[in-house]
Parts: sequence; structure tokens; C-alpha cells
Amino acid sequence: MRTVHLREIAHTRAGDKGDTAILSVFPLDDRHYGWLATHLTADRVKDYLADYISGEVTRYEVPSICGLQFVCTHALDGGVTTSLALDSHGKSLSSRLLGLRIAAPV
Amino acid sequence: MTSAVNTVRIGSGAGFAGDRIDSAVDLVRGGALDDLVLECLAERTIALAHSRRRVDPSRGYDLYAEERFRALLPEAIPRGVRILSNLGAANPLAAGRLAVQVAEDIGLACRVAVVTGDDVLALIDQEAPALEDGKPLSSHGQIVSANAYLGADSLLPGLRADADVVITGRVADPSLFVAPLIDRFGWDPADESMMAAATLAGHLLECGTQVSGGYFADPGYKSVPRLEAVGLPFADIARDGTMIIGKLDGTGGLIDRRTVREQLLYELGDPGAYTTPDVILDVYSVALGEVGPDRVHVSGAAGRRRPDELKVSVGYRAGFRGEAEISYAGLGCVDRARLAGEIVAERIRRSGIDPRIDLIGTLDAPNSMSHGECRLRVAAKTASSDHAQHITREVEALYLNGPAGGGGVRTTVTDVIGILSTFIDRNDVTPQTEILETS
Repeated sequence: MRTVHLREIAHTRAGDKGDTAILSVFPLDDRHYGWLATHLTADRVKDYLADYISGEVTRYEVPSICGLQFVCTHALDGGVTTSLALDSHGKSLSSRLLGLRIAAPV
Repeated sequence: MTSAVNTVRIGSGAGFAGDRIDSAVDLVRGGALDDLVLECLAERTIALAHSRRRVDPSRGYDLYAEERFRALLPEAIPRGVRILSNLGAANPLAAGRLAVQVAEDIGLACRVAVVTGDDVLALIDQEAPALEDGKPLSSHGQIVSANAYLGADSLLPGLRADADVVITGRVADPSLFVAPLIDRFGWDPADESMMAAATLAGHLLECGTQVSGGYFADPGYKSVPRLEAVGLPFADIARDGTMIIGKLDGTGGLIDRRTVREQLLYELGDPGAYTTPDVILDVYSVALGEVGPDRVHVSGAAGRRRPDELKVSVGYRAGFRGEAEISYAGLGCVDRARLAGEIVAERIRRSGIDPRIDLIGTLDAPNSMSHGECRLRVAAKTASSDHAQHITREVEALYLNGPAGGGGVRTTVTDVIGILSTFIDRNDVTPQTEILETS
């Protein structure tokens, strides 16, 4: 099975609330939304970012805008205000996620 | 106000405390705005502002407040553009007085409404459990601030008194946009559909250029034209609650389906339950349509009844953070940075502190490794400022007492304010409005 970096088929944005990182993922081509929804599961995101996320990952699907929302708890080293991480907001997690390899859409 | 209005144009003039000012001036000059909102208050910003107010009781508002007033009041007031902002932070009254003073300095007549009542430090139960971990608030450290997120209703008395400027402390970010829409359309704050639409507009605009091409560009994948001149966004909100997000012609940046949907989901937890003091917003049925260059039509916000409790952001003293970095370059730089990290960690552990060690930089080669560079970063949380200084001194000492070729030490010691959350009954919080005027 051919795989590609998520970056080849999706765009992402990261946000934060306390110690929770929120990663939004959308297909570059909306026709790939179903493919993304099938292959980019909460478990895959949690496994790929295991060095950062020590809590749970919950996925919400928003098909009206072809969006997948990953809410990741205990992902910011205690939260932006007290974190020792250089990127204490976890802003760069969205770009890290784009390095995940995913089955190429057919 | 008048009920004949069919569209209201609200501009975003700042998306965070450090936002650029030039682009806000451009937006006011060319945007034919009704209202301009400056959102300048993150969770932690207000706790830090409380610290400044304790040192000097005349301070405690946004650090760039004067600069923003000097740039924006002479553009906005003569054009009849109202300014609404939470830049009052921990001292809205002082920020209001500053606005009046700036207006007088430049010879403008100006009426400023100041909203207070968000400071609930005296009202909260410090033994109540923190939302984050269920432990009593006070067990985390000395509590230094507690601010309730006020809603749009707190700004209405000022707007109805025909204020040119409304200054608040902690108000939910979208509420700064909801209030002028209630005021101009005569919407009923109990109308959940309209509160949802207004909150959606606020949510899309509250982060400034994050909807108009900022925080988006990724060369080769997502291009943004003239990002250096990125324009701040506005929304044309119609009486039926639908809206068009746009920006000034001639500015840089980009507004399309992608930028708007990234911002639509930004920092939402459950997309069906974005909770503000005004409404619980559900974005599952939101529809986006590109209706022109840099113009996106947004519809379909749904809402449920506002919560009975207000969220409270509680600041506490969380000790100190010592951070320091040092660079190594060329062949073997990663090995030397790693060695430096090991020895500095061992030295620091002798004082009972376990530091975090990061290697940052060109770890594998876009160029050849012989030109690579690696930066060692050492950071720790400590109880005292002296201990934090100790972290930074041990990194500095690597100049002479570490591996070969270490350079470029930078050190920082920060007084850390942590943030917790709790709730307070809405009925226990009493927003107040004071009107100030130029003489």
C-alpha cells in the first residue's frame, strides 16, 4: 500500500485550552474527506504524537466543512502558563502531525 | 439603536495583546466600519496585569493601550467608528481614563464607557475544586486574581449611553462582537439563533488575521499572497444572522473556504457546544461559500440557552522558571550539545532540581552536517527566583566548563503565574458601567 505524508492531502491548525491541544484537520481536496475520516483515527493521532499527548484524544467529525477535530488532553506539559516546553502553546503540533504517513487516497 | 439597519460591519483591530497596529489603522481608514473590536486579553494576560497593578495601582491595563489609543482614536472617532476592547485587563477604569486623556491630548471629544465587575477575587471560594484537576484552588499556590468571563450584556449600558469607546476587563472574546450587534439590530439577548450567529461572527474575527491568511501559509502547499501586508478582517453581518467575512481590497493575505474553516474550528472543543456567557454555539451545520475574491459567506450557526454559571479564570503564583540556551555548530555538534546537556543536568540535580533538556536546531541536514547547528535548551520550574538563577548560571558556566565550542548563551528567569478555572453563579456577578468624558 502506497503511503504519503499527511501534508500531501491535508491542512491543519492547532489551538490550545489549558492543558488541552486542539488539532483541526481538513483535506486539501474535499473529495478526500471520507478517506481522511476512515484513516486518520483518534488512535493514529494519539500514537503519532505520543511524545506530547499523555491524555486522551477525542475526534469530532464536522462533515459540513469537511473538518476533523482532535481534542487532545494532557498535551501541553500542564498548560501554557506553567509549561517548560519551548512552544508552550503547542502551536507547532499541527505541523508535526502533517508528518504522519497515511495511506494514499485511491 | 435604529432598527432600520440591515447590515452591520464589524472590524477586527487586534487579535491578541501583541498584535500589529498599522493594519488596524488601515482597516479603520478604508473599511467603512460600524464598530472596531480590539481583543487583547489571553487567559494569562490578565493575571500578569494584576501583578503590574499591585506594583503600581495606576497600571494593570494592556501594555500597548496608549499606543493603540493614539493611533486609532483620531481615525475612529471622526468617522463614527465605535471601539470596543478588553484592553482594560486588570484595571479597566485606568485604561478608560487613559483613553480620555489621549483624546484630550489630540483635541477630540470622546465618551468612554468602562465596564467593571469581572474581578471576583473577593467572591470566589478558594477551597472550591479547580476544573483542571479537582483539587482545591488554593492548594496550587497563592491566588492572585480571579476574573469572571462577562457576557455581551455587560457592554450594553455603555453602548446605549452612546459611548465612542467601551473598555472592559475580562469579557468572553466573542461577546465584544455580540454586544454591538444586539445594540444595532435590537436583537433580543434571549434569542438563541441570533446570539449564535453573533457569537460565530465574533469567534471568526476575534483572532484578527488568523482568518485572513495569518497562521496559515505553508510554502508549496498553502500560498498566501503578500503576507507581509496581511489585512485584518471584517464581517458584514446581516439582520438574518448570515454574514460575509472579508478584508480590504489591496491588502495582503487570503480569505477563502480553507482559512475560514481553520478559524471556525480553532480552539473549539466539542464543535456542538462552544460555551460562552451569551449562548452555547453549535457549528455542525455551518455552511461556507466563496462569493468573491477574499469574501466568504457564512451561515448556519445554531444555539442553545446560555449557561447559568460564568467561567472564572483564576491566577496563582506558580513559582519561577529558569531557562537558558547555548549553541554548538559544525561536525559533532549534536554530540557536544548532548554531552553539555548531560553534565549541566547532573550539576543542577545536585541542588534537588530536575531540569528539562531539549536539543533544538538543524539536527539533520538540509545542508551538510558540517554547517549544522544545534542549540541546547535547559529549563526548570523552581520555588524561588534564586533557584531559577542557578539554572541559568549553570548553563552560562558551560562556556568554560563544558564541551568545545559552546557559544551564544541566552538566559531568562520568569515569575510564573499559573491559571486555573472554576465557575460562579451568574447572579453573584454584577457588571457595572462608568461613563467618562473629555472636558
